[in-house]
Amino acid sequence: MGGYIGKIIRVDLTNKSFKTEALDMELAKGYIGGRGLAERYYANEVNPMVDPLSPENKLIFATGPLSGTPTPTGGRYMVVTKSPLTGTIACSNSGGRWGAELKMAGYDMIIIEGKSDTPVYINIHDDEISIKDAGHLWGKVTSAVTKELNTELGDKVKVATIGPAGEKLSKIAAVMNDIDRAAGRSGVGAVMGSKNLKAITVRGTGKVKVSNPERLKEVVAACNKKIRENGVTGQGLPTYGTAVLVNIINENGVFPTNNWQQSTFHGAEATSGETLAEKYLVKRVGCYGCPIACGRHCKVDDLEAGGPEYETIWGFGADCGVSDLGAVIKANYWCNEMGLDTISAATTIASAMELYEKGYIKPEDVDGVPLEFGNADAVIEWTKRMGEREGLGDKLAEGSYRLCEGYGVPEFSISVKKQELPAYDPRGIQGQGLAYATSNRGGCHVRAYLISPEILGLPEKLDRFSLEGKATWVKIFQDFTAAIDSSGLCLFTSFAMGAQDYADMYNAVCGTDLTGDTFIEAGERIWNIEKVFNLEAGIKPEEDTLPTRVLKEAIADGPSKGSSAKLNEILPEYYEVRGWDNRGIPSEEKLKALGIK
Amino acid sequence: MKIEVRLFATLRENRGKVLHISLNDGETVREVLNQLNISPEEVAILLVNGRDGLIDTALEDNDVLSIFPPVGGG
Ligand code: SF4
Repeated sequence: MGGYIGKIIRVDLTNKSFKTEALDMELAKGYIGGRGLAERYYANEVNPMVDPLSPENKLIFATGPLSGTPTPTGGRYMVVTKSPLTGTIACSNSGGRWGAELKMAGYDMIIIEGKSDTPVYINIHDDEISIKDAGHLWGKVTSAVTKELNTELGDKVKVATIGPAGEKLSKIAAVMNDIDRAAGRSGVGAVMGSKNLKAITVRGTGKVKVSNPERLKEVVAACNKKIRENGVTGQGLPTYGTAVLVNIINENGVFPTNNWQQSTFHGAEATSGETLAEKYLVKRVGCYGCPIACGRHCKVDDLEAGGPEYETIWGFGADCGVSDLGAVIKANYWCNEMGLDTISAATTIASAMELYEKGYIKPEDVDGVPLEFGNADAVIEWTKRMGEREGLGDKLAEGSYRLCEGYGVPEFSISVKKQELPAYDPRGIQGQGLAYATSNRGGCHVRAYLISPEILGLPEKLDRFSLEGKATWVKIFQDFTAAIDSSGLCLFTSFAMGAQDYADMYNAVCGTDLTGDTFIEAGERIWNIEKVFNLEAGIKPEEDTLPTRVLKEAIADGPSKGSSAKLNEILPEYYEVRGWDNRGIPSEEKLKALGIK
Repeated sequence: MKIEVRLFATLRENRGKVLHISLNDGETVREVLNQLNISPEEVAILLVNGRDGLIDTALEDNDVLSIFPPVGGG
């Protein structure tokens, strides 16, 4: 069978040993690969009540069957574990080249167990695997680690590493790869840090086998054509990156500002994708095998760095009231260096600014850098302090929920299941609100990107204020996204491609005869095992909700003024569409029908 | 009547960011696109005062019309 290598690495850090084993192809049939297959392995092997930062937790790096093949955007990998931030299943997805390289080295997944007594890194060069001392790398920022390992092991080696934030167990720490790509969300970097694992380096010189190369050529040509001809993937994303959304979301009046106290931002134009392109953009960059190339490289003063993405611009910009795009680029750079998730880091600073504004954090607590909304220096300085857990940065490193709860005002944390919400106010985008509330990894936009139909009009325009049909839309988007994540491709391809396109590519690569429907059904299976895991991990059904401010207060200003979240009206319908009971617990019949039980 | 037009992304090229346009009563978004030499196919998102608009939406005095080409992804 093409696509799959059929081999995984299992590392026991406690005993500093490893072995390779065959991939369970029966499981691969039902769960595709990447997110789904790694989660199935994880749930089979780990007690859901495990302490995420204990040696008993496991950490899986997984590619999909299409990673490392000639399919468009086949460079992705996913990090699966239990999140120290949310207590749910975590699955963080990253681009760059590292994922494709792991496939070419000859592995579908790495399962990491136990905990090393001293800092180590794992080095993989085709058949050679070793666990090496990382004492000289500990404490270093991610670009320094990458450079040092490239000097030691050669330029062609791809590096995934944590920064100081992961070492110091920040609950919002990311795993960084290829310098500026991040498996960002849910604190997966802290799990890596808890195991004393600093980095994983990979060099692969093999090829991923394809079952039907002729057919694949045809299918890839057809998909690339769709990507080229689609307005978003062929024009919008390549020209402006994701940052172009700043003005769109602000013009709709759903652009959260000053820790979600307002929903339009006076500094939107100053921090927009258009301004980024005009003043700061140096070049466009793409991940492995990507015809879209949405990545950016920007320069401000002496600093040239990757990013920033839309979510990051919003977080350090509008949400912190900062209209200085140069400062946002610098804060983004420091997130990457420290190995922090940009969404959670920025919004945690925003919540600290509200704590400061309302007198919970005192001027004497801030060591000379006031946490005032609009303070451009603060977003840079507090990112560094958070990464190093310096002073009050120690509390910020726990994420906004624990920070605000510590002051007795958890409602200042704009999060779902303790993970911070991204850059779209769901009070004016009802389907996105449902998607946030029901996301299996807490506050997140890429479990189901309803912005696509509700704002961008893709694949068709829905009324963003209406609930009609949204339960079904959310379910389908969740399932479809889970399947795409599991295939090893980038979610952005779905602006141009439908389920059948993915099935066609999968079939050509793997020699199967999947249909678009069975592809989406695999996504549904994956969604259900995530939900079951979360329930068994102690996440309560009532936690499918939105932050207090979002639920109780209407939008205060701008074109969406007065609109409020209607989550409670639609949640029962969503559970029904899912085939779950009225509390949101998957029914036995549903699980049986999906072949889970 | 007078309206404000906000253009974004590639639509700004040779046109500018914010324009003020005079229209006759009852005229629609279509007239604005004509005046600005923007073909309907170039338009992906149309907002009138921040709410979804259509090519045939009739405009009123002081309306704000925001026009975007195909863009997206977060
Ligand atoms: S669309 Fe962007 S994020 Fe996705 S693979 Fe291409 S460059 Fe990477």
